[in-house]
Amino acid sequence: MSNKDQYLVRAEPFYRAQGREVELYEAAYAARLPVMLKGPTGCGKSRFVEYMAWKLNKPLITVACNEDMTASDLVGRYLLDANGTRWLDGPLTIAARLGAICYLDEIVEARQDTTVVIHPLTDHRRVLPLDKKGELIEAHPDFQLVISYNPGYQSLMKDLKQSTKQRFTAFDFDYPEAALETQIVVTESGVDAELAATLVKIAQTARNLKGHGLDEGISTRLVVYAATLIGRGVAPQDACRMAMVRPITDDADIRATLDHAVDASFP
Amino acid sequence: MVTGVRQVQDARSRSYAHPQVQTAWLELDCGFPAVADVFEECIDTALASFDAAQLDAYLEAARFIGKLGRGPEPLLAFLEEWPAVVAAASGDQEPLLPQVMGAIRAMQKSPNSKAITPFLQTLAAIARRLQSAEQIELYIDIALNLMQRTSGSIHGHHTTFPSPGLPHFFDQAPRLLDLLSTAGLRNWTDYGIRNYASHPERQEDYFRLDSADSRAVVQRERHGTLFVDVERPLDLYLRALWRDSEQLVPYSTAFDELRKPIPYYDRLGMRVPDVYDDAHGPAGLVSGLDRYRAVLAHMVGHRRWSGQIIADNYSPFQRMAVEFFEDCRIETLLMREYPGLRRVFLALHPLPGETECDPETTSCLRHRLAMLSYALLDPKHPYTNPQLLEFVARFHEALGDGVSSTREMADLALSYVARTRRQSDQFAKVHFDNTVIDYRDDNRHLWQYIEDSDDEEFFDDPDKQNRKPAESQSLPPRRYPEWDAASQTYRPDWASVYEALHPSGNAADIDRLLDKHAVLAKRLKRLLDLLKPQDKVRIRYQEEGSDLDLDVAISSLIDYKSGVAPDPRINMSHRTDGRNIDVLLLLDLSESLNQKVPEGTHRAGDGGTAGQTVLELSQEAVSLLAWAIDCLGDPFAIAGFHSNTRHEVRYQHIKGFSERWDDGVKARLAAMQAGWSTRMGAALRHAGHYLSARKADKKILLLLTDGEPADVDVTDPGHLREDARKAVEELAAKGVTAFCLSLDPKADDYVRDIFGKRWRVLDRIERLPETLPTLYMELTR
Ligand SMILES: Nc1ncnc2c1ncn2[C@@H]1O[C@H](COP(=O)(O)OP(=O)(O)OP(=O)(O)O)[C@@H](O)[C@H]1O
Ligand SMILES: [Mg+2]
Repeated sequence: MSNKDQYLVRAEPFYRAQGREVELYEAAYAARLPVMLKGPTGCGKSRFVEYMAWKLNKPLITVACNEDMTASDLVGRYLLDANGTRWLDGPLTIAARLGAICYLDEIVEARQDTTVVIHPLTDHRRVLPLDKKGELIEAHPDFQLVISYNPGYQSLMKDLKQSTKQRFTAFDFDYPEAALETQIVVTESGVDAELAATLVKIAQTARNLKGHGLDEGISTRLVVYAATLIGRGVAPQDACRMAMVRPITDDADIRATLDHAVDASFP
Repeated sequence: MVTGVRQVQDARSRSYAHPQVQTAWLELDCGFPAVADVFEECIDTALASFDAAQLDAYLEAARFIGKLGRGPEPLLAFLEEWPAVVAAASGDQEPLLPQVMGAIRAMQKSPNSKAITPFLQTLAAIARRLQSAEQIELYIDIALNLMQRTSGSIHGHHTTFPSPGLPHFFDQAPRLLDLLSTAGLRNWTDYGIRNYASHPERQEDYFRLDSADSRAVVQRERHGTLFVDVERPLDLYLRALWRDSEQLVPYSTAFDELRKPIPYYDRLGMRVPDVYDDAHGPAGLVSGLDRYRAVLAHMVGHRRWSGQIIADNYSPFQRMAVEFFEDCRIETLLMREYPGLRRVFLALHPLPGETECDPETTSCLRHRLAMLSYALLDPKHPYTNPQLLEFVARFHEALGDGVSSTREMADLALSYVARTRRQSDQFAKVHFDNTVIDYRDDNRHLWQYIEDSDDEEFFDDPDKQNRKPAESQSLPPRRYPEWDAASQTYRPDWASVYEALHPSGNAADIDRLLDKHAVLAKRLKRLLDLLKPQDKVRIRYQEEGSDLDLDVAISSLIDYKSGVAPDPRINMSHRTDGRNIDVLLLLDLSESLNQKVPEGTHRAGDGGTAGQTVLELSQEAVSLLAWAIDCLGDPFAIAGFHSNTRHEVRYQHIKGFSERWDDGVKARLAAMQAGWSTRMGAALRHAGHYLSARKADKKILLLLTDGEPADVDVTDPGHLREDARKAVEELAAKGVTAFCLSLDPKADDYVRDIFGKRWRVLDRIERLPETLPTLYMELTR
C-alpha cells in the first residue's frame, strides 16, 4: 500500500506570493473546493501548489497530463499476475484514498472523455466510482483536486468544457510584476539583483509581442534558466540568447528584435 | 458574332441615367465607345473620393488627354488610374495633376507621344510605391530627363527620334521601384543614358531590363538598408522594447541635397528616411537597421518625456540650445532603460575636436553645443572647458534619479547661452562640421507657436455618408437586443438585422484567384492531409475492445507463463476519427475594407499584392479558406455584414452549411463589396443564432475584421465594443466559440476586451491569403 509520507513535501519550497493567493487557497482548501490554476507556461503554478501542499502539510500527487492518457491512467487498472489479476490504483485513486492534494497539470492536454472522470470528485458527492472494479470510493476528508490550465493555447480544440470549468474555483496567474520577478530570479539562481532586473526586462520585451507573432512571451522559468547559466560563468548575452530567445521563436524578425533587446539591455 | 453593330460610332450621344455622370460625359466631349463603356464606373470611383473642384480638374485633364490624337488608350488609362494615383498620394491632387499634365504636354510636344500611354498606365502602381506627391514628382523628373537626353540625337541626325528607352522605362518602373529608392532609380537611369544614348537597340535592351549590365546596376543600387525591408522589425522593435506603436512613413533622402530632410513625427506618424547606409563612426560601425532603431528610440523618448514650450519667447540661439539639452535629457532617460543604447548613440554622435572652431572668425555656438551634447552622453568625454564641465554637472544634478522636465532643460539652456555668449556667435559664418546629430528628429513637436497658426486641417466631409444604396430588403428583419454598458441592461429589440442573399458575380473570378495561389494551395494541401480524418483508426493497447490484438496478446501470454506481470491491454478497438466541427466565417464588409493594402509592405516575388484593396485580399483569403475547409470536410457557412445605424444591419448570406462549395457560392464571393459601418454585436448574435442550432461538438465562429465596432449612430466608441463583448459572452454560453482575426495593427486595445484570449492580429496583411487557412488549421488541430 502506498505510504502517505512519501508524498509529503518535506522542505519548504521557495514561493513568492504575487497577491493574496496563499490565503485564498487556504480558504478553498478549508472548504475542500476544487481549484483551477490558470496562466501562461512557467509562471509559477506548479511551484504554488507545491508550496501550498507543504504549508498545509498534506501529501501532493502530481500528474502531468498528455494526449494519450486514458481514464485508466488516472483511476487505475487490473494487471495480470501469476495468481490471476490484481488491481492497481491510479494516482487519482491513491490521492482520494490517502487524502492528498491531486494536481493534474495541463489538464487540457488530456482528451475530454478522460477529463470527465474527475467530475464526481468535484461536486458535493466527493466520490470516485471505479467502474471496472465495482467499487465506489468516498474521498478522504483531506483530499482536494487541483488542475492547471493554460488558456493561452491558440487551439480552440484544447479548451475545457464548460461543465468541467464550472466545477472549480479559479486563480488567474500571470508573470509576476518586475520587482517581484526579479526577487524570484535572485533567489532561484543566486545572481545579483541588477542582473536579474535586466533579465526580467528582456523577458518583458518578448511579452509585449504576444499576439504579434509570439503566442507566449519569455517565461519566468526561462529567465531563471538564463540567470543560472550566467551564474555558472556563461556570458550574459550568450545565456540570454540560448535560454530566453532561441527557445521561444523561429521567426527571424522577432529573433533579431529580441537579440537587439538583449544587446541594448547590457551596457 | 454580333452583327448589325457599327464598329465606328461616335459615343458622344451616349446617355447616362445619373445626371451627374451625364453632365460629366458632356464635359468630356469624347467620341470613343471604349471610354463610354467604362465612364460611369470611373466617375463613380472618382465621386467617392473627389470633391467638386477636384472632379472638375480631373475632367478637364481627361478632356485634354482625350484630344491628344492618340486614340482612346491614354484617356482610358487616365480615367481609370487617376483616382488611385491621388489616393495613394494621400488624397493630394493639387500639386500632382499639374506635374503630370506638364509631363504629358512635354511628351506630346516632343516626338514621344507614344510613351504617354505607358506613362499613365503605370502611374497608379508607381504612386502606390512612392506614396507621396513629392516622390512622384521626382519620378516624373527622372523620366523627363531620360526623355530629353535620349530623343532626337542619334548619330547626329537632326531629325527628331523618339526616345527608344522611354516607353520601356515606364513599363519597368513599378518593378524597379520595388527594388530601388528613387535615388537608385535615378542612378540606374543615368547609367543607361550615359552608355546607350546613341545605341537605340541597346538602349531598349537596357531599359527593358534585358541586358546584363542593366540588371547589375540595379543590384548595385540596392545598397543600404531599405526601409521596406525592415518595416516589420521596426514595428516589432517599437512594440517589444518601448510598448509603442506608430505608423512609420518613409521619406526620400536622395534628391534634397540642399535641405537634407531630418526625421520627425507628427499626427500622421513617424517619418524616417527610405534608406540608411551603415554608418562608420569614430566608435565603430552601426548597421542601417540600428540607425533606424536609434531614430525611433529617440522619438519614443520625446513622446514619453517631452512637453511643449512656447517658441515665441525665445531667440533662435536659445531654441537651438533648448533642443540640445532636451535631446540629451530624453536620451539619458532612454539609456537608463536600455544601457546598451549608449553604445549606439555614441557611435552615431559626432565627436568634435575642442579647438576645431575658431571663435575669432566663426560662429561657434553649434560647435559648443555639439561638444556639450557629446559630453552629456558620455561620462568619458575628452573635454576640459570649465564652462562645459559646469553645465554637464548641472545637467546631471537636474536629472538626479528623476526625469526632470522640458521646462527645467529650457531654463538650463537659457543660462548656458547667457554664460557662454560670444560676440562671434552672431557671425554669418557658422561652424557646421561635426555638429549634425542625424538620428535626432527635428523637434517640431517641442515648440508651440502662438502667432500665425495657419496649419489648419481638413477632415472628412460629412457628405460622404450620403450615398445611399437602394437595394431590396428581401426578408423581414430580425431584431436583436443591444447591451448598454452604462446601465448594465439590454436595450430590447434594438438592432434590426436584414438578411439577404449576397448578389452574385462571376464564379470564374474565384477560380482564377485560387489558381493564382496554386503554389500556396499545394503547400496547404500537405498540411490539410495531415488533419484530414483517416476514417477508421485502430486503437491498440485497450483493456476492453472489439478485437483481440494478436501481437500484444501473445507477448502477454509469454510474460504470464514466465511469471512476469503481463500487459492486460491485449485488445484493440476502432474509432472513426471524425472531426466534429462546424464553422461559420463572418466577414466584416465595412467601408474601410476598400482601403488599399499599404505599399512597401510587400516585396518582389511575393505574388504581387501591389495595389490591392483589403477587400480583394480578404476575398482571396476567404476563397482559400473555403477551399481548405471543403478539403477537410468540415461543414461551414460564410456570411458578411455591415451596418448603417441600428435600423439597418445587413447580414449577407454567402454560403449556408448545407450548400456545397460550388459555383453559386463562388459567384457570391466574387461579388463581395464593402461599405458602411461595423455593428459587430448584432452580426455576431445573428451568426450565433445559426451556429447554435448546429449539432457539432465544436462550433466555431471565425470573424475576419479590420477594425473595431462602430456605427454612424453611435458616438461613444466604448458602447459597441461593450456590446460586442457581451455578444461573445452570449455565444460562449450557447456553446459557440468566437475567434477574431483582426487586420488592424492597433487592435490590441480593443480585441482583447471583446474576445478575451481568442484573437490574433495580423501585422502583415499581405500575408492574409496564407494566414487565414493556416490559422484555421492551427485552431482546429
Ligand atoms: N511566485 C514564484 N515564486 C517562486 N518561484 C517562482 C514563482 N513564479 C515562478 N517561479 C519560478 O518559475 C519556475 C517555473 O514555475 P512553474 O514550474 O511553477 O511554472 P508553471 O506555471 O507550472 O508552468 P507550466 O504551465 O509550464 O507547468 C519555477 O521553477 C520557479 O523557478
Ligand atoms: Mg507546471
